[in-house]
Amino acid sequence: MQQTQVEGKPKNSAIANALAVDESGAPKIERRARLVDDSIGYLLLACGVISVLTTIGILYVLGSESLAFFTSVNQQDNVFATIAGNLANFLGTAEWQPGGGKFGIWPLLEATLMTSFVAMLVAIPLGLGAAIYIAEYATPRVRASLKPILEVLAGIPTVVYGYFAITFMTPLLQGIFGIDTVQFYNTASAGLVMGIMILPTIASMSEDALTAVPRALREASYGLGATKFETISKVVLPAALSGILAAAIVGISRAVGETMIVALAAGAGPRFTMPPNFFVGAETITGHIARISGGDLSYGSIDYQSLFALGLALFFFTLALNTLSRWVSNKFREAYQ
Amino acid sequence: MTATTNTPSRAVERIKNEESFLSGLRNRHLQGTIWKYFFQAAIVIGIVALLTLMFNVVNRIVGLVAVREIVDPATLADGRDLESLSAEELARIYSEYRLTGANTDGGRVFLRDNVIGRDTFQANPQAPMSQLLPNADLPPEVGALTFSELQPADTQVILAAAAGQITLLDAVITEIVGREILEAWTFTESTFNRAAIEERVASNEDWAGAQLEWRSWLNPQFLTTRMTTIAADSGVRAALLGSLVTIALTVLIAFPLGVGTAIYLEEYSTGNSWFENFIETNIRNLAGVPSIIYGLLGLAIFVRALASITQGRTIISAALTMALLILPVIIINAQEALRAVPPSIREASFGLGATRWQTIWNQVLPAAMPGILTGTILGMSRAIGETAPLIIIGAATFIATDPGLTSRFTVLPIQIYTWTKDPRQGFSEIAAATIVLLLIVLLLFNATAIILRQRFRRKLSG
Repeated sequence: MQQTQVEGKPKNSAIANALAVDESGAPKIERRARLVDDSIGYLLLACGVISVLTTIGILYVLGSESLAFFTSVNQQDNVFATIAGNLANFLGTAEWQPGGGKFGIWPLLEATLMTSFVAMLVAIPLGLGAAIYIAEYATPRVRASLKPILEVLAGIPTVVYGYFAITFMTPLLQGIFGIDTVQFYNTASAGLVMGIMILPTIASMSEDALTAVPRALREASYGLGATKFETISKVVLPAALSGILAAAIVGISRAVGETMIVALAAGAGPRFTMPPNFFVGAETITGHIARISGGDLSYGSIDYQSLFALGLALFFFTLALNTLSRWVSNKFREAYQ
Repeated sequence: MTATTNTPSRAVERIKNEESFLSGLRNRHLQGTIWKYFFQAAIVIGIVALLTLMFNVVNRIVGLVAVREIVDPATLADGRDLESLSAEELARIYSEYRLTGANTDGGRVFLRDNVIGRDTFQANPQAPMSQLLPNADLPPEVGALTFSELQPADTQVILAAAAGQITLLDAVITEIVGREILEAWTFTESTFNRAAIEERVASNEDWAGAQLEWRSWLNPQFLTTRMTTIAADSGVRAALLGSLVTIALTVLIAFPLGVGTAIYLEEYSTGNSWFENFIETNIRNLAGVPSIIYGLLGLAIFVRALASITQGRTIISAALTMALLILPVIIINAQEALRAVPPSIREASFGLGATRWQTIWNQVLPAAMPGILTGTILGMSRAIGETAPLIIIGAATFIATDPGLTSRFTVLPIQIYTWTKDPRQGFSEIAAATIVLLLIVLLLFNATAIILRQRFRRKLSG
């Protein structure tokens, strides 16, 4: 095929072009220069790069402000000693008092872990139970009506769950355990409602894992005389375990990063309790970030920078959980083909 | 499978002893039934939670309230309509009112915060009034005074000259006139416990003059009026408009970027370049980043670093942040929609001589569009309920004016958050009304998504 210049030809002679032959008698096929076609690929690539830039932006913003934070409080002789000292305090002490220059993440982390723990206590058994019911027991008609309900539950904004925690769950807990035991702001109420919020996520991911288990496995199990429950518990669940574990880890990750429920219901003010008391108020990492930035925060202040250090911790925590979830799901996946 | 080694012999023994086998079978079935009920219970608990949540909200939007007029508007202006009063008269009413009660500044704080502006004042607190309010026509003896020298009479003159009739009317209506909600009851309490409520209203000495009446918190006035500091008078107009403008802008930014990325990954990607894999993994990771982190990103980049473009804590900053947040949702759904377009359509188009882009634009995209739109609406549903990032980038909690692109703003979920936290009477109820409004907006979005999905199915099958 011979490449010729387009400019050298008369413009509106498409038929002449189509009939043209080169010296050897073969039809002449030309590639016309197409501005849109040639450049659009790069334009689309640029769109894709935006998502990479977002990640770089997150890392840069969190990293640089955290660095500023770790170098500016409790300064020592040299930069490295300051950073090492602050990092040790940040990860190793249990007092968070920005006013007093004390930045130990543990009170916030403890509250985060407490609310997430309660949430998982609700969401894993109920989510998995719901998934098993939908995947194994429900008739197609029941399944068709149950799945939208879970979707609705998953689509409700988290701030609405926060309202639910304050106006329903907290009074309910106070009614059961006594108003003296249960403070108005408490981690149990936030955690329980968070569990309901995460339930659909775990249910729908687990259900996908369960339905991916081939029918032949179930039928083989029935053929050996197992009951339905034995088939589910001894054949289907182990086969779907990787997907279920992945769902649970994603659930934890969502609980750790959830903000609005804890900002409304868990309490304001970092508090370290040992042993953990679920009925008193405590502030989670996300709750603290939301409360502090809600006021008029001046840029460049220690308070402002400390939020980014917390954000960085939260980012790595959830990233690790999400990566672990994908790893578990790929590593332990049983391939049936 | 370690347990199988000794089972055959055991099984043989069991079958020999048929009675014990049957009783074992009964136990196994019983166990199965018990677990089945547990699984069923899990579903039932989920449904009950959803119903309780909905009921808990709806129960609060209609109910009895005990109300009392704080100051009768008729006594303020000798029976004239407040809106017909001049700026001078309103300034007099406001200034005089501010000399009694808890706040005896004669309107100076209002003058500083709403007329001069706190930033202008703090830049130069010792300046004379004529310098702080260069556009106002002040008498020279008043204009020479500094803020700390102002007497109530001076404040009144300045307010009349500089504040404008609308601002003053607003202040008088929100701060002086108005109906005070003493207590609000839920619908169930109001219906089944009416006698006790009446008894309580009648017997409470602090509530003299209080009346009991039914009130629907979600009413047309709630949707169309501006925000005030009193729950019963407050409207959600600014937040509703704020939400709609933010969402529109978010989609305008995120839709082309998301669909572009999806087309690149599905139609241009070779599938095995490390860079494309990197973009894919990156998008999956971004989808799992907590929304509050996007708020921090938006705060540092859009609000601070790009302040010259976005003007700081504005709707533009909010929309840019939200666009990044929903980008992974749009991309992942658009990828799925593109993947669902059968390869034969592309091959036919190529076979007719179309270029790659002509194939995508004329064949693939129209076929994938309903799926792409469904994903976009999912992203919009997420964005309209998202609260945390907007708190971080600094959505205002009190906005009386309609939002503009570069003004401070509030949205529905922010209002729900603020009003839920507010312990004063009536705020929990207007938070509930706002929740219902937000859920209705979400329902409309999702109904659109379902209709699109059905059209998509029909198109593929027909």
